[in-house]
Amino acid sequence: MPSQSIHLGVIDYSILVLYVAFVIGIGFALKRQMKTSADFFLSGRNIPAWVTGLAFLSANLGALELVGMAASGAKYGIATCHFYWVGAIPAMIFLAVFMMPFYYGSKARSVPEYLKLRFDERTRAFNSVSFAVMTIFASGISLNALAKLLHNLLGWEYNISLWICSFIVLLYVLKGGLTSAIYTEVLQFFMIVLGFAPVVWLGLRDAGGWVAIKQKLAGVATNPSAYNLADSASTTFHSDAWTSAWKPLIGGPSANPMGIDLFAMIFGLGFVLSFGYWCTNFLVVQRAMAAKDMKAARNTPLVAAVPKMFFPLLVILPGMIALALSATEGKGYQFPKAVIAEAKMSTAIASVRQSVASSADVVSASKTIASAAGTSLNTVKVEELLKAAKADPGTPDAQLAIGIQDAVVNDYDGVILSLVKRYCPTGLLGLALTALLASFMSGMAGNVTAFNTVWTYDLYQAYIAPDKSDEHYSWMGRVVTVAGILLSIGAAYFASMWTNAMDIIQLVFAFVNAPLFATFLLGMFWSRTTGTGAFVGLICGTLASALFHACTLSVGNVPGVKGGYIHNFWTLPSDMAQNFWLASFAFTICFAVTVLLSLSTRRTKSDEELKGLVYSLTPKQTVDQVWYARPGTIGIVLLIVCVILNYIFW
Amino acid sequence: MGLDIRFPIGMMFTLIGLLLSGAGFFSPDKLSLGININLIWGSILFLFGALMWVSAVKAKGK
Repeated sequence: MPSQSIHLGVIDYSILVLYVAFVIGIGFALKRQMKTSADFFLSGRNIPAWVTGLAFLSANLGALELVGMAASGAKYGIATCHFYWVGAIPAMIFLAVFMMPFYYGSKARSVPEYLKLRFDERTRAFNSVSFAVMTIFASGISLNALAKLLHNLLGWEYNISLWICSFIVLLYVLKGGLTSAIYTEVLQFFMIVLGFAPVVWLGLRDAGGWVAIKQKLAGVATNPSAYNLADSASTTFHSDAWTSAWKPLIGGPSANPMGIDLFAMIFGLGFVLSFGYWCTNFLVVQRAMAAKDMKAARNTPLVAAVPKMFFPLLVILPGMIALALSATEGKGYQFPKAVIAEAKMSTAIASVRQSVASSADVVSASKTIASAAGTSLNTVKVEELLKAAKADPGTPDAQLAIGIQDAVVNDYDGVILSLVKRYCPTGLLGLALTALLASFMSGMAGNVTAFNTVWTYDLYQAYIAPDKSDEHYSWMGRVVTVAGILLSIGAAYFASMWTNAMDIIQLVFAFVNAPLFATFLLGMFWSRTTGTGAFVGLICGTLASALFHACTLSVGNVPGVKGGYIHNFWTLPSDMAQNFWLASFAFTICFAVTVLLSLSTRRTKSDEELKGLVYSLTPKQTVDQVWYARPGTIGIVLLIVCVILNYIFW
Repeated sequence: MGLDIRFPIGMMFTLIGLLLSGAGFFSPDKLSLGININLIWGSILFLFGALMWVSAVKAKGK
């Protein structure tokens, strides 16, 4: 897309090169410290909490998050913040206060290894295989998105961007192992914040501040189809649908643009998905496990929770700013959308005229015009256009062209870059792009380091080559780092070649992740849970999510990759609602099956063996911290701040 | 730990800050909303980098 392209100046390239040099430099500086496999995989457990905390946050922050959260900010408004305030903070606090003592105290080297200590090899094998596959695909998806973006934006060759970015990550992870991934993640954290903050600040100024944004978005909410935000002309929301976090949710799925009900939001996202991710995903937990002592390990998620709480300002607000600007006359800001090329436009115009002449129904006419134009179109806008063209058959081509271009669906993923382009002169531009690159690299390094640890300790050492020397596992770690990067590249090509690949991969994530927290919850807090109960429960939960998906569909989708291919028993108001309910269902099945089977099978581990792994069997630690420095106290304070934030934007 | 991460962070941001504020200083016509954002933000980055640097040096002295 030539209209999207940006030209970088010498200054921009200098900033980019400086950043890359420092990231690689950190890897080389740490090379001397990588002596044993524990140094490479576990950082030798000597990192302070503020470092592991910021890395904890950064590793989770892929390039997709920056692009995707701004997109959701425009699409759904402030309710997107629930992915942070409901979907992250409580789970992070729970991890710190209740779960970290078992992860860190058990001396397990990974999350799957904890499962082996607590249950048996079966659960560990299932978890480590599914986790390894997921990390590869996650970094592949992110890699593909980045290379595409660099291609569209800067005109860089897709393949070259892909290989160079991967090579940089490979270089520093290979040299400095987990330590270098964690250290660069901290540097990347500051890069991301300081690179995007000026864009948000300028955007806020441009839009006239929060009050003006609120006012503009009220106009958008009452007439969403004018902004291509609705599929039906009759859709309208209460004026605070974009700017109030809870009121539209309480009104039910039809009152908010997400199409979500309160139960799905609180139980599905806030409990099942959120705790399932933050408390069990080795990608983030690994950062806390690398901390220097128990105190630092427990403080890791708490340190991360502070910036996480305010991240919506940086990632969601830009989307809302962009939407408000597009609704303001005289700002000259056009919400990003694909531009129809001239040749395609003339066939699209011909197609409009033909549809008017044959008086075809709107839906099929819309499809024909869209395929002629080579892009998706908003049905409401096409209907208006056809009506106008019918009323006045003499409508000139130029006017029809404007109408067709106006009907092109919004390119939400382009929001953040449209703002960068609008506000950043050369110089700041380089900084913002470097921030984007940093967010991608931190995510990829996170995935690669988690992958190489799980592969080496939980699969290779456990099942393929036990009892080898430490040097051998160190060597294996390096080999598998290279292999992991190559597999990610393969996954990126896979995602780029097949349009449905992304949907399917994300679906598999959902199936595997949804029931997981039930297994951990019962394992850590109920000593009666047996290995068989946990394993069969987890399998049943995963199957249950696949079954739920096959039997439900969300509005506007046809049976197939979006679900409903066995039979559509339940039509949900949105994809997101389907996803949250799926998680709730899978969790409940996994929980119930695990409890029932545990009660009917014999325990294979004695109380003594479960010491340090189960809450009730672990002696309370003598606390040498003053009351206000304890994780419990800090956790409560953070929760209160989070509640206040929700109250302000109620 | 062998390496205090505040050193590289401090060094990188002071350098980027210098670059950016230099760009703003020498081409004051590159404005955004009428603001010389390169100069302003460059200075902020420089200050941030310097602060990181100072805190690392202080910690080392202990």
